[in-house]
Amino acid sequence: MSKDIRIRKGLDIKLVGEAEKVTVDATKSNVYAIKPSDFHGIVPKVVAKQGTEVKAGEPLFYSKSNERMLFPSPVSGEIVEIVRGAKRKILAFKILGDKEQKYADFGIKDVNSMNGDAVKTHLLESGCWPFIKQRPYDVIANPDVAPKAIFISGYTTAPLAADSDYVLAGKEKELQTAVTALSKLTEGEVHVSIGKNANSPLGALNNVTKHSVSGPHPAGNVSVQIANIDPINKGETVWVVNPQDLIIIGELLLTGKFNAERIVALGGSSVKKPKYFKTKIGSEVSSIVYDSGVNDESNIRVISGDVLTGENVKPDGYLGYYHNTITVIPEGDDYEFFGWNKPVFNKISPSRALTFSWLFPNKKYELTANTNGEHRAFVVTGSYENVFPLDIYPLQLLKACAVNDLDAMEQLGMYEVAPEDFALTEFICVSKQPHQEIIREGLDLMLKEIG
Amino acid sequence: MGLKDKLHKLKLKYKDKKMAPAFNAIHTFLYLPNETTHSGSHVRGADDLKRTMNTVIMALLPCLVFGMFNAGYQHHLAAGEIEAVTNGFFSSEFWTLDNLIVGLWKVLPLVIISYGVGLGVEFLFAVIKKHEVEEGYLVTGMLVPLIVPIDTPLWMLAIAVIFGVVIGKEVFGGTGMNILNPALTIRAFLFFAYPTWMSGDKVWVHGAVERANEIAGGAQLDAISGETVLGALAQGKELTYSVSDMFLGFIPGSVGETSSILILLGALFLIFTKIGSWRIMLSSVIGALVMGLIFNGVVSANWIDEGSKFYSLMSTEFWHHLIIGGFAFGVVFMATDPVTASQTNKGKWIYGFLIGFISILIRVFNPAYPEGVMLAILLMNVFAPTIDHYVIQGNIKKRMKRLKLKTA
Repeated sequence: MSKDIRIRKGLDIKLVGEAEKVTVDATKSNVYAIKPSDFHGIVPKVVAKQGTEVKAGEPLFYSKSNERMLFPSPVSGEIVEIVRGAKRKILAFKILGDKEQKYADFGIKDVNSMNGDAVKTHLLESGCWPFIKQRPYDVIANPDVAPKAIFISGYTTAPLAADSDYVLAGKEKELQTAVTALSKLTEGEVHVSIGKNANSPLGALNNVTKHSVSGPHPAGNVSVQIANIDPINKGETVWVVNPQDLIIIGELLLTGKFNAERIVALGGSSVKKPKYFKTKIGSEVSSIVYDSGVNDESNIRVISGDVLTGENVKPDGYLGYYHNTITVIPEGDDYEFFGWNKPVFNKISPSRALTFSWLFPNKKYELTANTNGEHRAFVVTGSYENVFPLDIYPLQLLKACAVNDLDAMEQLGMYEVAPEDFALTEFICVSKQPHQEIIREGLDLMLKEIG
Repeated sequence: MGLKDKLHKLKLKYKDKKMAPAFNAIHTFLYLPNETTHSGSHVRGADDLKRTMNTVIMALLPCLVFGMFNAGYQHHLAAGEIEAVTNGFFSSEFWTLDNLIVGLWKVLPLVIISYGVGLGVEFLFAVIKKHEVEEGYLVTGMLVPLIVPIDTPLWMLAIAVIFGVVIGKEVFGGTGMNILNPALTIRAFLFFAYPTWMSGDKVWVHGAVERANEIAGGAQLDAISGETVLGALAQGKELTYSVSDMFLGFIPGSVGETSSILILLGALFLIFTKIGSWRIMLSSVIGALVMGLIFNGVVSANWIDEGSKFYSLMSTEFWHHLIIGGFAFGVVFMATDPVTASQTNKGKWIYGFLIGFISILIRVFNPAYPEGVMLAILLMNVFAPTIDHYVIQGNIKKRMKRLKLKTA
């Protein structure tokens, strides 16, 4: 049963520096890094020690809580360093990539003849499992719990994020193989949402339930789509997969190789010629960012991911495991004389308090990473609801998380949300509260206490 | 820029020192800080709490300026020195330098004491509790001089401000945590501690109390009457003001509450800028009109006889309630305080409606002090969390019902 989802509440943040739809091969990265922190809540147990050689797809580490869950190397090469932080916590595996890539062979599979267990075992062994995340808690899916449905959002609304329709083009075969495999993992349906007027390769898939979505950000967030299609109740689990990761899963099944190749959008107002790059998971962002030059190199913030949910990786950082966008914006760590009361034309504001973004709904802005104010207690009410399309009271849920009230969190709908759903409320927050962090900590507490 | 760098160096020097919050408060007043995001969303909207509060102050400024002129106008009028206005809002009798001088002389000290003492307490608490100075008092400090009688002694105001900020706000944890509106807490303190200075027919016009004392001392002078419209109505007197006087604001009353037209302007500004809640303002007006209509109905049904002490206020035409007394000011600028109001949109409708409804109820049945809006707002401040609780329960029940349908 397909649905037409129309989202009204929200906010499209229009920024300068959208990637032009041209793809070039990125300069080959020397070193690739896999950061265990990309896999929230996973405690790594090292498999590939420093100095060993790995092939692409061979495990670097497994999860302490589930040793079947393997985390693969995106490339073949030598483990040159395992970076450790305080208390010997592993921060990153650094792999010096071979010139000639060698792939571990996982065997060509015919998905149509596989059953659910076989698919599951194959994905776990080949290291493709971490691409599957679950709700509640927004962590890597627990393979021992059967999901009631699997959701894939092929509609991109986040600012400057890689356009799904573009990066998936031409990959119909891989996508179809991957969703067929996923459909064996659930008794429910595989829901795929695509933009209303989009020409998405996902539109041609079989074995799935298709939905069309329209509206401003966060309409592309999978939580919003889940809430409209089949909301999560207490005790239920659903899985979500990013569409670009379907390609890797599909290719694995079709060729037996773990190919971590990905088309990444480089955008942001600091980039001189924003466009798309073909690269691999874990590659150095500098191999992409400096390709066509950046404006004011000393004052940039390099983000792996989009500006709302990405990670500040610094110019010497690496592309995150789940990211297919790199955004570079000015850092903006400067003072502004009477910035709090003078009329503002160059920033986005949900209000009209001498801020004039409401006059120019189609203008593109060059926002910086400045907070535009200091952290304060929650004061203003009623504004978050305007950008939060879920049937949840955002302020009350945030407060429940802030005071660790598990009962209230459960009752107010914590099972249905992920930190990314609070990116817009965070963006417009007058009190500059760290919403995503509050929600992440709340989810972690629930996971620990309730499971 | 020299100043910017100097202040930046000072900021680094004061970092983690005891006086850092005090310094930062001044620094961030001059400059939007250089802070950048370190978790979650990398970009942020343009609004901060300072801008939000500043918008409310901008909405209040016309009321303040009008209040100054009105203070002088009422004084000179009561003393028989000038004629009453004849020419609408821009009457030349009103906008004179003489009037403004009296106003400046009487109102500015109120503003200075309110801000000086209140911000002093805020800075003190910020330094002791090691948090930044929050902006909540910027609005409270402007509201306070506008909601007290013109002749309020400054020492009383200072004590009330200290009480209001400490007991009304800081003991709960500061801005954002308080249950009662701080400005109204200050006014309520004045009202209950010094009732002779807050009600009656002598306090609303500058000089009236002084003159009364002189007469009591044996001087041969005419008494200055300084009765508010509500006071007159409560005592069943004949009104000497026209509806247009009341709407434009040429009447005695607390400093900033008299001009309904400027309050309406402020309300429209707050709604346009999306800072004030239109839901609360609209529902309060509806609540007041409903209560007013009920009373009018009681009168027209002859359930009350003309001799009753409630008759005069009950028979006041229902919509006149909106433009007399402090109703409009309270609803626009104080009922909408986001911290103490209901926080859910549905809750705001209920909260606002009850404020309007109860304001008029108190106004009619409390002739000793016929100003209901202060007490109505304070009462609803207390009940706002309860309203929110039931609204949120609705959402929770919906979620539980969904679960039951699923498992059934």
